[in-house]
Amino acid sequence: MSACPDKEALLHGLLDGELDAANAQAFEAHLKTCPGCAATFGEQQMLKARIAAPGIAWRAPDSLRAQVETMTAPAPEPRRPLRRAAPWALSGVFAALAATFAVMVAQPSLVGLAIPSSAMAGLEDELVASHVRSTLAEHLVDVQTSDRHVVKPWFNGRVDFAPPVIDLIDQGFPLAGGRLDYIDHRVVAALVYRRNRHVVNLFVWPSRGGGGEPDAVVRGGYSVAHWTSRGLEFWAVSDIEAKDLRSFEQAFQTHAPS
Amino acid sequence: MTGRILPFGPRLAPAAEPLAPTRGRAAGDPDSAPLSPEDKARFRRLVLPHMDSAFNFARYLCRDATLAEDLVQDAFLRAFRGFRGFRGGDPRAWLFAIVRSSHLTWVRSPGARLQAVPDDIEQTPADDDTPEAALVRQSEVDTVRGAIASLPEPFRETLVLRELEDLSYREIAEVTGAPIGTVMSRLARARQMLLAALPPVWPGDEDQP
Repeated sequence: MSACPDKEALLHGLLDGELDAANAQAFEAHLKTCPGCAATFGEQQMLKARIAAPGIAWRAPDSLRAQVETMTAPAPEPRRPLRRAAPWALSGVFAALAATFAVMVAQPSLVGLAIPSSAMAGLEDELVASHVRSTLAEHLVDVQTSDRHVVKPWFNGRVDFAPPVIDLIDQGFPLAGGRLDYIDHRVVAALVYRRNRHVVNLFVWPSRGGGGEPDAVVRGGYSVAHWTSRGLEFWAVSDIEAKDLRSFEQAFQTHAPS
Repeated sequence: MTGRILPFGPRLAPAAEPLAPTRGRAAGDPDSAPLSPEDKARFRRLVLPHMDSAFNFARYLCRDATLAEDLVQDAFLRAFRGFRGFRGGDPRAWLFAIVRSSHLTWVRSPGARLQAVPDDIEQTPADDDTPEAALVRQSEVDTVRGAIASLPEPFRETLVLRELEDLSYREIAEVTGAPIGTVMSRLARARQMLLAALPPVWPGDEDQP
């Protein structure tokens, strides 16, 4: 016993409330006289109810909500046009996206440059923006390898300092590669680590002195950790939990050559 | 980049909430200038509330929790950027079209070929059930989610937009770029496949409509 093949559109149309009054009335009359169509219609109504049950639709996770909130947050008017583009070239759509994002997220840092007291917060925003851009633009790494003996020499001649490159796979943070980035008006080294399916960007550049206290903050759903060691500044940025980023920092400090 | 890259023609449906034309836009001016504070506020008011819908759609499109987050983030960025290109209509349908386009971009990217996406069905217990009822409910939720996830495209997206997001045939046609007749036949086929994939409900467990 099955529905009339020529009535399929009417059956689903009635089910979805898409029929006009005349067609709805006519098909309802047909349902009363056709057991095949009536059975199928009942079956479909039940299916509809099962799909409409609570829990079937996915809800956006809070981390995503926080990220999009930050991205679209009302920000002060920019004081000047886009800062100088990062030295790594992006193409097509992603270049525009990255530029937009840089403007949107880096705005506080532009303000921060004008107001020294908030320069640190501005730098953190810039680091977060850079981290987000690296994941959005699929420009995560310039040199993609877990071999630190490849990554370390790669930075030679590209930056005027030697970032310590270590693999932390045994600590749960495998090295994924390295990249050049542009932070706070200078070219910096970015080491890329993975944590499950998340990315940790570790930005490294020479300390200008007085860089100060190790700290950890959370900005717009991203965790940021900062420390200095042997004349270098280290900034780790990720969307992993703050406590996981702390263990990353500890693992790195413990295993870095001294 | 402008809003014009979005796979969306002029909207057919009138806006539920009439949208004022963007102020101060000279003719031929690309939609590239930063959004004004009013535009940002409008974006937050009209588009941001549809985050759950966008995520649900993305989650069923790509069948991966992490990737869905990335897609929605990318889609919101593109929507924000292209908001001047939004000429009214249902902002949710507009957002769906962008999510869909973000997903297509990802599918065609080199990363997509390297990464096999598993169908991970997560545990999301409802809180107002007894433990036994929660178990039954959870297994029913997983079953239905799994059955929807097992549908091939384009049937999956059509079904999700209709049944979970309550879009009309016409809106689905606009989001997916398919004629309404095609939407209807895909929907009928999706439901047929879903019925075949789902075990029948146990008598008494389900509220009859």
